[in-house]
Amino acid sequence: MAEMTAAGEQPEVLFWVGCMGSFDDRAKRITKAFAKILLHADVKFAVLGAEESCTGDPAKRAGNEFLYQMQAFTNIQTLNAYEVKRIVTTCPHCFNILKNEYPELGGNYEVLHHSQFLQQLLESGRISVEGGKFKGKKITFHDPCYLGRANGVYEAPRVLLEKLDVELVEMKRCKSRGLCCGAGGAQMFKEAEKGDKEVNVERTEDALEVKPDIIAAGCPFCNTMMTDGVKHFNKEEDIEVKDLAELISEAADL
Amino acid sequence: MISSIIFIILLVATAVIFIRRIREIRYNINLGRAKDLSGNVGERLRIMARVALGQSKLITRPVAGIMHVFIYIGFIIINVEILEIVTDGALGTHRAFHAFLGDEIYYVFIGLFEILALLVLIACVTFLIRRNVGRIKRFSGKEMTKWPTSDANIILVIEVLLMLAFLTMNAADTVLMTAPTDMLMSTGMDHYLGFNFGDWFWVSAYLTGLMPNNIETLFLIERFCWWFHIVGVFGFSIYVLYSKHFHIFIAFPNTYYSRLNSMGELPNLEAVKKEVELMMDPSADPYAAPAENAEPPQRFGAKDIEDLSWKQLMDAYSCTECGRCTSECPANQTGKLLSPRKIMMDTRDRVEELGKHRRANGKEASDEISLLGNYITKEELWACTTCNACVQACPVNIDPLSIIVDLRRFLVMEESAAPSELNTMFTNVENNGAPWQFAQADRGNWTNELSS
Repeated sequence: MAEMTAAGEQPEVLFWVGCMGSFDDRAKRITKAFAKILLHADVKFAVLGAEESCTGDPAKRAGNEFLYQMQAFTNIQTLNAYEVKRIVTTCPHCFNILKNEYPELGGNYEVLHHSQFLQQLLESGRISVEGGKFKGKKITFHDPCYLGRANGVYEAPRVLLEKLDVELVEMKRCKSRGLCCGAGGAQMFKEAEKGDKEVNVERTEDALEVKPDIIAAGCPFCNTMMTDGVKHFNKEEDIEVKDLAELISEAADL
Repeated sequence: MISSIIFIILLVATAVIFIRRIREIRYNINLGRAKDLSGNVGERLRIMARVALGQSKLITRPVAGIMHVFIYIGFIIINVEILEIVTDGALGTHRAFHAFLGDEIYYVFIGLFEILALLVLIACVTFLIRRNVGRIKRFSGKEMTKWPTSDANIILVIEVLLMLAFLTMNAADTVLMTAPTDMLMSTGMDHYLGFNFGDWFWVSAYLTGLMPNNIETLFLIERFCWWFHIVGVFGFSIYVLYSKHFHIFIAFPNTYYSRLNSMGELPNLEAVKKEVELMMDPSADPYAAPAENAEPPQRFGAKDIEDLSWKQLMDAYSCTECGRCTSECPANQTGKLLSPRKIMMDTRDRVEELGKHRRANGKEASDEISLLGNYITKEELWACTTCNACVQACPVNIDPLSIIVDLRRFLVMEESAAPSELNTMFTNVENNGAPWQFAQADRGNWTNELSS
């Protein structure tokens, strides 16, 4: 971003990578897949790199409003300094907080989840996928809470999957009644409270019921939880967990 | 004449007790913090029409949903009949509305009421079976102790009895009204004359066969059912105000004041905003004395009733303990202690307790009890994934999540009592700008791997 600004240019969109997408090895593959699509579609995009910082979502959901607002304050200063107008992110938690909670603190941007952005790219013809390697595969989509229930985005991910010519099968709990993967509300960073089961195992059972070849996710946290769930049932040989960006990028053979 | 006087005394007494209790509830709800939810009238009315009046969120579960609609429509429409009953009771008339509605219209109305009464009866019996015989998980759970369980059954049994009284009354009435004229005249019951219900009482017509022939006995049955029904209605309307059944009234204002923004938005705490601005503003004077008229700083987050908003307390009074929230909660389904329904029931029980204490001991009186700690434990709060399933599931738009987060905020910001792993996460976010111990400078490293 700094380089573009120095050159007097404005990006079409800022790609907000998020902590998971920056540091987690599995999630970095999602980041790279999405970046490849952007490059392929000639989208003039920027990233903040070292100037990006946690949005404060896990802190806020855990009750640490102080830390969250300090993070928000710093991030908004950075974003506003670069006069960012449009943000796309592969993480529904970043998406939600940037879209809904930053405006009141002075951060007003058009914020898109990458599923929405990819849908726009496909519909405007900037990228195209024709079935490709996933044609006919049985795929189920796990709705991330912060994309679906929290923001009502249910269709964009499904539109993408339909473009891939896959057989989309829905779990019995989907869309507004989709079950959480268990990572939200800062649970990702702590041991679960005492119970008789892990939430991701319960959710993976939902997925296994429809016997998919692939579980599609739209959130790096869900991705990890579902991957662990699949491993729990020793199904990692049969079932892959993939992000929407990875599916598109692989189908387009990028 | 005497019966009219007795009736009017009962009616007035009911109204007095009813209003007193409503004021009590209002006092309790106002123990919460102020929150401005005025404006957006059109949108709010639409939500209320859809969710409360239109029962849109109940249908998600079809069996319970449709049965509930029966009871709901029955309740609203049969209440038109109460108007007539009250008129009759006060004036000593018999079916006062018949005179000015005329045969046809009046009979259609009563016939319709009877069909609704039958549907209510079917629904209530189904609900009783579901609750007491069926093994439906959401009707158990640790917050469903003795009182909430009996409360549910009492409500259903009262409704069954009221409907039975209504139908039996109509059956006895039909037989009376079709009795030979001279027989009615000679026993001084000429006010039963002039009606010809014939087949119009669509449901109670099937009960007339069970009725005795003796006019005096019929009269006794008809009167008994009439009084039983109306006194039952009076009593029930008071009972409702002390019961989970209160949702029949408060669901309307509660849905009216529903949140209008997306479920994902967790409001930014104003109190914290001021502090952060002060901290981040280089020209701010941290030692400046607070302005003369400044309000005392608010507690961060919530420990007890007064830290919650009035809307959160209204939510608590709106809960009818159906348990849809809890049955959708991922934590609860996997055996954790958290139950969103319990959060709401605890909040209501606590606001009742504090309200009672305050009314007895003065406005500022403290009872050394708090919602967090005495009612809700940390373990419950830390099990929440903030997934909003409970918020989505609630048929009257209650938001248990906002209370959970407010209690967490108190734990973290006032008591520093977060689980240690979360404290580590906080430290990382603070120092490295990420919840893990990675250097912020390395954030862009993935770009180097792009070609691979």
